[in-house]
Amino acid sequence: MGRFHRHDDGTVHDHDHAGDHTHDTGDHSGYATGGERVEVLERIFDENDRTAAANRAEFAAAGVRVVNLMSSPGAGKTTLLRETLSRLAGQVRVGIIEGDIETSLDADKLAGFGAEIALINTGNGFGGECHLDAPMVRSALPRLPLADLELVVIENVGNLVCPAEFDVGEDARAMVYAITEGEEKPLKYPVMFRSCGLVVVNKVDLLPYLGFDMDGFLDNLRKVNPAAEVMMVSARTGDGIDAWCDWLRAL
Amino acid sequence: MHELSICGSIAGIATRHAAGRAVKVINVRVGQLRQVVPDTLVYCWELVSADTPLAGSRISVETVPARIRCRSCEHVTDVGEVPVFVCEGCGGFDAEVISGEEFMITSLELEGAST
Repeated sequence: MGRFHRHDDGTVHDHDHAGDHTHDTGDHSGYATGGERVEVLERIFDENDRTAAANRAEFAAAGVRVVNLMSSPGAGKTTLLRETLSRLAGQVRVGIIEGDIETSLDADKLAGFGAEIALINTGNGFGGECHLDAPMVRSALPRLPLADLELVVIENVGNLVCPAEFDVGEDARAMVYAITEGEEKPLKYPVMFRSCGLVVVNKVDLLPYLGFDMDGFLDNLRKVNPAAEVMMVSARTGDGIDAWCDWLRAL
Repeated sequence: MHELSICGSIAGIATRHAAGRAVKVINVRVGQLRQVVPDTLVYCWELVSADTPLAGSRISVETVPARIRCRSCEHVTDVGEVPVFVCEGCGGFDAEVISGEEFMITSLELEGAST
């Protein structure tokens, strides 16, 4: 491995030091050791983002609004969705794209409410993907009758890191955060919390038992995402779920 | 955690730009707000590039720190290790990220004598 070093502009990088050189300017042209250098300057997520744009166009053409729903494992996404589907049944035609590493357990919990469900099992390859990307979502589209739907909820893989990096073609991003996760989560996973327009704070029925510092949590959230909308819910008791359903209807 | 799939994308871009020539180093620029672990990327690259024309090449990571610019007072703040997106100048919350979200292949260094 090379050595990490810092340039005047704060940029840090590493490379092998094949010989004496200086780099006051950050110009690396002096590095060539006989080989040629090819400028690339291509964004690594370009391919994903192109597919996300295609997904977005297809959703728009079908008149469907799409929310990418993310959370850590166990925050209550599936329970929230179950409650949501039971309330929207007969009013809003909903499709669910369900990302799950190995099983159809979550999809099974959501069956029976009239929603169309397309499961993306991400377990192929090296122990399963930790997120949904745009091509995975695209692969699910033929299994949803988009033209008949009004709302698609993409239930992402439970993970506070990777899903935040991938645009899948959604109109809005929301996350479910459970108060059992602790007040400091926004500071530990700022990219996820920043990427969401709405943070659904779940399991508020447990507030009397946890000693959870809600003001501290909201303060931390504001530090990383001052614009985030916040909703307090309990998927278990049904508290606040109507407001969340209204948010979905208004997407 | 998603470095494996990212390496797949890197391989696609590098293969296209290399156009059949042997690649020694792939220079990648990663912003601090990209949740990519450089060591993991380097390790995954060995797995992904093995048995392909890119085998033997390595990834060199250049990290770019995160900075925000306040929309009200224009002050530029280094975001720091624990990312807090609050302006150091006025304490304001309305700031735009001006660096730290980069994620690109900047260049390839090719094997062999070119001249």
